[in-house]
Amino acid sequence: MLDVKTAVMDPLVRLDRRDRRADKFFRLAVQSCAIFVLIALLGAALSMLIGGREAFSTFGWKFLWSKDWDPVQKQFGALIPIYGTLVTSLLAMIFAVPISFGIAIFLTEIAPRWMRLPIASAIDLLAGIPSIIYGMWGLFIFAPFMGAHVDPWLNSHWGSLPVIGALFRGPNMGLGMLTAGVVLAVMVIPFIAAVMREVFSTVPSPLKESAYALGSTTWEVVWNVVLPYTRSAVTGGIFLGLGRALGETMAVTFVLGNTHRLAASLLEPGNSIAATIANEFTEADSSLYLSSLIALGFLLFVVTFIVLTIARLMLRRMARLEGN
Amino acid sequence: MANSLLMQRRITNAAARVLATLAAMIGIFWLIWILWTTFSKGLPVLKWGLFTQLTPPPGSDGGLLNAFVGSILMSGLAVLIGTPIGIGAGTYLAEYARHTKLGETIRFVNDILLSAPSIVMGLFVYTITVRQVGHFSGYAGAIALAFIVLPVVVRTTDEMLQLVPSTMREASLALGVPQHKVIRQVLFRASMSGILTGVLLALARITGETAPLLFTALNNPYWSTNMNQPMANVPVVIFQYAMSPYEYWHALAWAGAFVMTMLVLMLGIISRIILLRNRRHDAQ
Repeated sequence: MLDVKTAVMDPLVRLDRRDRRADKFFRLAVQSCAIFVLIALLGAALSMLIGGREAFSTFGWKFLWSKDWDPVQKQFGALIPIYGTLVTSLLAMIFAVPISFGIAIFLTEIAPRWMRLPIASAIDLLAGIPSIIYGMWGLFIFAPFMGAHVDPWLNSHWGSLPVIGALFRGPNMGLGMLTAGVVLAVMVIPFIAAVMREVFSTVPSPLKESAYALGSTTWEVVWNVVLPYTRSAVTGGIFLGLGRALGETMAVTFVLGNTHRLAASLLEPGNSIAATIANEFTEADSSLYLSSLIALGFLLFVVTFIVLTIARLMLRRMARLEGN
Repeated sequence: MANSLLMQRRITNAAARVLATLAAMIGIFWLIWILWTTFSKGLPVLKWGLFTQLTPPPGSDGGLLNAFVGSILMSGLAVLIGTPIGIGAGTYLAEYARHTKLGETIRFVNDILLSAPSIVMGLFVYTITVRQVGHFSGYAGAIALAFIVLPVVVRTTDEMLQLVPSTMREASLALGVPQHKVIRQVLFRASMSGILTGVLLALARITGETAPLLFTALNNPYWSTNMNQPMANVPVVIFQYAMSPYEYWHALAWAGAFVMTMLVLMLGIISRIILLRNRRHDAQ
């Protein structure tokens, strides 16, 4: 009797054991994949810190604010690329945030329903266009346009203003901080607009309807109800766009002019961290030069990491408010 | 007094509505301008030789054959490396670590990788491959692209698995099916098209990705399918040709840009259609 029972059970028990082992193995496999993602980020940070070690130890903190960039004398400082990155990204935000906000309002409050999906998809398409296409368009089409129409106008109308006039005096060649800022703005608009649109549409209708019922106009509903409700996510979306703008490489490389010079004017060419790396990496002929470029990459990584962390924390706070 | 206040509110509202509409039009305007540029510059210089001839030295005619082949090889390898790891990590996040601290951390890190500058990932791969081996290679390029594929696939797999109703899991587990089989044979099947969308989106992203290839795959003016050697690829060739002073190199760059844009848009549209069809399917 007993023998029969074990004879029947045995294969089942064995099967059970095999399944359990396979389960454990499967879990381990997917877990290591997930840990790999973690390692990728840490590895990126560490490898660049190590790669940039030589530059950091040679120049010390001076690397951050020295404006030297001289491959011949082997003097390197990050000030000019940092300045260019910050100025172009800031310009991009100045253009992109209001436009994205407008697009999001249009898509959630103003446009007729049938129009929303096509227009939202079209804006999303902007995000899909490769950055090198933006760069070519910027270099061959947009920069000449800026040089022929916008730069001269700025020169003659705003160039003579006190104090801020210096920002708008410069050569009418189209390449420079302002052009890069505009191109970057176009590139980050879809990201910011998508986040804003998404969170605007999560605002509970009763809130909006109550405000409308009290006689609010569309603008008052957006400004006094929708925006306060979505504030943290909107901030998150803006930081997400900022993170993109800071690290954008190809488009900026095409239109910034790649000149290592500190200029007050937005019409002057400059350089950014990403563009410097992209342009000079394969030309770096000394280990200190290479190390300085990798050190620039490390700085970029740290800055974008901080910006993107803020963005995600803000977006997450909104998600938690939503209750999921 | 009350009337003037109402007036003022109405004017503000009208201005806001007009400006918002204008903003949407500006967005569409850029899209049309950029696409129109790519079409009008790329279409006239598109020729069959683009796909049959090698990249030319200055002064002669040619195509982008080696660049296309290089791009296809590297993108293919990148997807092959990135997708399994991405699906694995996404599965872990959705099925084993949905509310754990480790899961949340990895999800967070993945979100950051998703929007991290691609040039940074390129530098990272440069230091771990090119610097160790001593030369640029197609493999290094593929690895750099794989790091861009990875977070996209992780994100979509995680999201798509979370969308699968938990009744499916419970029903299979109640039948005594071990968890790894539930995941592989039930959940993966249910979320297959969603995960595929993620892979397509990732492919679209790396198709135009230039920055990380600059210092991994570099470029190669000759015919080469040896992935252990520097490798030509469409984005870097476009970059170099567009920055060059030669008109006919510009023409080749535009033709390449046109093909690339079409491909990226197509991939985007296909994945969108799959997603929309899914949603409709779910709604029924």
